[in-house]
Amino acid sequence: MTDVQTRQPNEAESFSGAISMQVSIPQAPPSDQTAEKPIAISARNVSAWYGAKMAISGISMDIHKNSVTALIGPSGCGKSTYIRCFNRMHEFAPNARVEGTILVDGADIYEAGVDPARVRQRIGMVFQKPNPFPTMSIAENVAAGLRFMGVRSKSEIGDRVEASLKAAALWDEVKDDLKKPGIALSGGQQQRLCIARTIAVEPEVVLMDEPCSALDPVATLKIEDLMRGLAERYTIVIVTHNMQQAARVSDYTAFLLMGDDGAGHLVEYRPTADIFTNPREKRTEDYITGRFG
Amino acid sequence: MSTFQQSLILARTERLYRRRKLMNRVMTGAMIVAVGFAIVPLFLILFYLLKEGLPGLSIDLFTEDPNRPGRAGGGVHNALVGSGIMVGLALLIGVPVAIGTGVFLSEFGQNRAGAFVRFIIEVMAGIPSITIGLFVYGLVVVNQGHFSALAGALALAIILVPIVARISEEMMLLVPRSLREASYALGAPRWKTVLQIVFPTALPGIITGVMLGLSRIAGEAAPLLFTSLGNQFYSTDVTAPIDSLPTRIFTYATGPYDYWHEQAWAMSFILVGIILIVSLSVRTLFGSRVTVRQ
Repeated sequence: MTDVQTRQPNEAESFSGAISMQVSIPQAPPSDQTAEKPIAISARNVSAWYGAKMAISGISMDIHKNSVTALIGPSGCGKSTYIRCFNRMHEFAPNARVEGTILVDGADIYEAGVDPARVRQRIGMVFQKPNPFPTMSIAENVAAGLRFMGVRSKSEIGDRVEASLKAAALWDEVKDDLKKPGIALSGGQQQRLCIARTIAVEPEVVLMDEPCSALDPVATLKIEDLMRGLAERYTIVIVTHNMQQAARVSDYTAFLLMGDDGAGHLVEYRPTADIFTNPREKRTEDYITGRFG
Repeated sequence: MSTFQQSLILARTERLYRRRKLMNRVMTGAMIVAVGFAIVPLFLILFYLLKEGLPGLSIDLFTEDPNRPGRAGGGVHNALVGSGIMVGLALLIGVPVAIGTGVFLSEFGQNRAGAFVRFIIEVMAGIPSITIGLFVYGLVVVNQGHFSALAGALALAIILVPIVARISEEMMLLVPRSLREASYALGAPRWKTVLQIVFPTALPGIITGVMLGLSRIAGEAAPLLFTSLGNQFYSTDVTAPIDSLPTRIFTYATGPYDYWHEQAWAMSFILVGIILIVSLSVRTLFGSRVTVRQ
């Protein structure tokens, strides 16, 4: 870490400005001032189960708007389970159960009568492996969410497809091949296509579940740059195994660890700069310095 | 370690190596023989069909209706049309039911109701086709008082349903979970996910299944013998008896005239040819998409 750039969190960052090959640690505000950014998701005491097995135990976190929040921790600590609770994807697992409250803009998404599909339109998700729809072209993939929402107007769909592909930094590479199948793209392009597909429905939050773990380093960097740019419009929560990645892209970092009960617990959640330079917990320090995990 | 000891070890590994090589040859040989047993009959059938069927092939066979028995010449135009009508009707009746069943089983069938339907489908697939013919005879022909193309098509559809339903279920289940998740994560409700994502992804495989079912029913004679009966004359009336290739092959092959035998061989050749052409064209049309991405 030779070149530690300093950056104010609210300072608008040009796209290329975020493209820095050096490890840059954003100078996030001290933890006692984190409240200055509005809260996008407020999770209180969230526990989740697969059948009788508890996967995460009583995790509370406030996710800040227009920021990148990274969840790090060793395998099996419940990072993915936790963010899957944010868009109600957890309930697709057999016998899955969630307890606690998750407020999005103050509204409880687990309240009776809430349509999970509606929740997922507001909180998009990008998965570990790129998963474009194999029967659809590039343009159709990006438009898929709009069609699910019932958007019919061709011109509106065309505009949104172009805007989303541009926002996902894919437009220049595919603008002449919009009718080609989405799965014909390379892995990194497919993942950016999936990001375009997710932001096409204008969600408030984009959850990313290890979005780079199936990609090579160059494609990974592209996605990371993208995340920094997207954070200006969206709230991003990313699960990653890669601590350097968390340090590079995130404003806030949460460290999760499996407790003696076999379920994931939140160990520390603070601005990224603080957690990587001055961890409060011994376990956090051991993990980020590579003593385990 | 002495050189003597080393030579002993070498001799032993040498023996072991030779034994493995021999075993490798024996097993490879056994498999080639097994493959031969599987393939040789197929080629024999094709060869025989070519040898016996080609001489009887002529334009007349496709365009003329049968002459009165005993008078050589004529064709099997009526049987070709009849088979086309009945197979087409059977597909119209059977395919929607079968695909619906397959979709139900894959998407909503992970429970006792699904297990029950799956069991019924297994049993249906095992019923001899002549029994299905008999069932339709009792249900439709006896009640109507006459044989009909519709009754034949119904019998064929009943044979078709379990084949296509099982393949549809399997193809739907092959669609990777990640695609369903991608759809749900975009805010699609379950029914849209099934109809707009899972089903189109599985469609090439399902079409292959339909072709498999088509090949099966196009060659069925037994269930047609007492449902559509067969017809000496050209008819397109679905409420009347109608001719079909398999029943005409049966009549001609067991009949007394040499030109009948020749035409029976030619019809068998045509039947296999049609099935081959249909499967090959479907495979080239959908070939690139038949394999479901994992």
